[in-house]
Amino acid sequence: MIPNLADLAVQGAQMALVLAAAPLVTGLVRKVKARLMRRRGPPLLQIYRDLARLLRKEAVVADNASWLFRAVPFLVFAATWVAAALVPTFATGLTFSWSADLIAIVALLGSARFFLALAGMDVGTSFGGIGASREVMIATIAEPAFIMTVFTLALVAGSTQLSTVAAAMATGEVGLRVSLGLALIALVMVAVAENGRVPVDNPATHLELTMVHEAMVLEYSGRHLAMIELAASLKLTLYLSLVACVFVPWGLAGPGSGALAHLIGLAAWAGKLAVAAVLLGLFETSVAKMRVFRVPDFLGAALMLGLLATLLLFVSRSL
Amino acid sequence: MSAPDTPAGSGLAHLLDLGRPIGDLRPWAAVEVGAAAWVAITERIAAGEADLLALWGEPGVVRLALFDTATRRPAVVRLSCPEGRYPSVGALHPPAIRPERAIRELVGLEPVGLPDGRPWLDHGRWGVRTPLGTPEASSDAGEPYAFLTAEGEGLHQIPVGPVHAGIIEPGHFRFTANGETVVRLEERLGYVHRGLEGLMTGAPIAHAATLAGRASGDSTVACGLAFARAVEAAAGTEPPPRAVWLRALMAELERLANHLGDVGAICNDAAFALMHAHTGALRERVLRASATAFGHRLMMDRVVPGGVVADLGAEGAAAIRALVGTVRAALPALVRLYDGTPSLQDRTAGTGRATAALVARFACGGPVGRASGRAFDARRDLAYPPYGSLAFTVLVLTAGDVDARVRVRIAEIEASLALVDEILAALPEGALLAPVERPATGEGIAVAEAFRGDVLAWVRLAGDGTVARCHLRDASWFQWPVLEAAIEGNIVADFPLLNKSFNCSYAGHDL
Repeated sequence: MIPNLADLAVQGAQMALVLAAAPLVTGLVRKVKARLMRRRGPPLLQIYRDLARLLRKEAVVADNASWLFRAVPFLVFAATWVAAALVPTFATGLTFSWSADLIAIVALLGSARFFLALAGMDVGTSFGGIGASREVMIATIAEPAFIMTVFTLALVAGSTQLSTVAAAMATGEVGLRVSLGLALIALVMVAVAENGRVPVDNPATHLELTMVHEAMVLEYSGRHLAMIELAASLKLTLYLSLVACVFVPWGLAGPGSGALAHLIGLAAWAGKLAVAAVLLGLFETSVAKMRVFRVPDFLGAALMLGLLATLLLFVSRSL
Repeated sequence: MSAPDTPAGSGLAHLLDLGRPIGDLRPWAAVEVGAAAWVAITERIAAGEADLLALWGEPGVVRLALFDTATRRPAVVRLSCPEGRYPSVGALHPPAIRPERAIRELVGLEPVGLPDGRPWLDHGRWGVRTPLGTPEASSDAGEPYAFLTAEGEGLHQIPVGPVHAGIIEPGHFRFTANGETVVRLEERLGYVHRGLEGLMTGAPIAHAATLAGRASGDSTVACGLAFARAVEAAAGTEPPPRAVWLRALMAELERLANHLGDVGAICNDAAFALMHAHTGALRERVLRASATAFGHRLMMDRVVPGGVVADLGAEGAAAIRALVGTVRAALPALVRLYDGTPSLQDRTAGTGRATAALVARFACGGPVGRASGRAFDARRDLAYPPYGSLAFTVLVLTAGDVDARVRVRIAEIEASLALVDEILAALPEGALLAPVERPATGEGIAVAEAFRGDVLAWVRLAGDGTVARCHLRDASWFQWPVLEAAIEGNIVADFPLLNKSFNCSYAGHDL
């Protein structure tokens, strides 16, 4: 299938929009948390300024860093951006969407993490090692849990294509299902863990010994750090968009629909992201971070929920 | 306690009676002993008959202050050591090891038999050796420090600090961990050594008082109070009643501010920033009320030998009354928030237990001691005016974990609020300052209960209005070592939480 120009334009707009909006989402979460604590908080656009500042700054690299250390920030950013390009944000039927499915998104994010963990250990500082080992420990349970929710969705929609899943969910034929509820909870738990949010990790901490993601990237600075920060924002937007497009698929513009539908899709997406960011801020304010060794229990619950969701579907189908 | 052997107190009291009483130290009992009696007294301390309050030296003399746990009275023991050697206390009683390492490198007295031969505060970068004894020039190239080893398969070291990712005081922590589990923690301190005791030597009393107030900025009132009371004891000065009560008011405000800050900061280290935001706002109100009442947010340099230099006006009293109302109204909701957040309790309860035996042995003061069953509060047990005529409760818990330390602090916030009320109601009128007379010589010793525990000040006046020698001992000296023990078996990621619940002072310790 040769994609036409309009489809390419929509796909291009999607990639640019996701990239442009990602820091704003992170900024909104920060703002919500600050307001909940009666602080004024940084301006919503502060993260853009921080990124611009980091890009201008010199990148200090450890003497013993290998090429991997320098390459990883760009690799992580690229993989995360490609994964974000595959998630229907305001329109389904994205051009790239047909070339890769949900499992590809899991794989892209997984490889980004793999390389980041390698880079964390590359310069041989103890914090990089601690961060990498904790991150991988979290990932070993988060990824299967993610895959289980993917299976649940695939079984319901009959496809692992996100566009198809979103379209199927939007039709209303699916209806309310216990499996979907379980899958939603599991996916949210995975999203919290994967994005290093409270209660799994604390993105705002200055305590070296408790960090997970931050410990891994402690040695990065300048443009390298900017790439990693941007990738982290992208990942958060990706997960929020993913949850939104699967579980609240309304307002998505269908393939080949007109400009108005796309505008409605955009507004709906912005609204969904804003609601999700506020909810995330609210949740993060109300809980303390858990012990590192509780995280497997937390994610184990996500895995079990995903499994249960799949199982329930099989059972209900065979009745 | 390590040994439930001899009938409590008898041995020690007898030994103290055998010493030659020395009259020039006020107000505690003081005896001069020989080396044999010194060792015998050390043995009694090691057996748990007395708490070691402080151990310090000057050329040719070493002193220890103890608190007899049976009679509940303090005493000072002095040993002359003209040859520059004395029998080590640390050889028998581990809490004395660090003070003795400091004595060796600051004064140049050799504790014979001290099991640890490494320097402590001196990192070899002062350009001088034994600055408080006979100073000798040395290169300031720095010397490598031999950390204690822990060997085994799968163990790895994590060096943390002295420069941290956040804005906190400098100190180095060397963890040996098996995966996430801490096998050994060793502290290295001394990065904020400013040579306060050296600066005080020969300084006019007023200048020395400002230096004492800077030993640890967060407890400037308590440090200043301990120093002022030591000077007053040495000089035989009686501060006016109004000054005594105003000092207590300032001390309680300082305690309030710090405990509020600590409760929030502990929760913040478990990423529960909400509590931190609330207590941070309350702490700010305390500081502002203090500024309104005494003209300085931290009330620095308000307590001076002889009295105080800031009076409480009607506006200040109103600000403090309003503050007490605000904090009292907000506190129950915060306690409910703490109790009602299971994810927070999950982090604090059971984390970082400091055992009662260890806390008793190290005579940890403050919330660290009181959360592990050591019922000691200098305001009550070494009562100084006006606390003798004030009613207040001292909560003692036995769990010894982070949660217990939080709860002790919360109880002390409540107690301080009541105390502020009592003090405001009973505040006498009158003068603020009594001049410090100038005796030929005189030694004074005093303690004050800071928010983190008892601070001790010993001073010898030269007679010409200057300080001949001064020793300040922050509560942290005997809390830092217990922190090393409390983390064992916990996970690395819980250390910040545990460390914050101790909240030892770096500056107050390094001096």
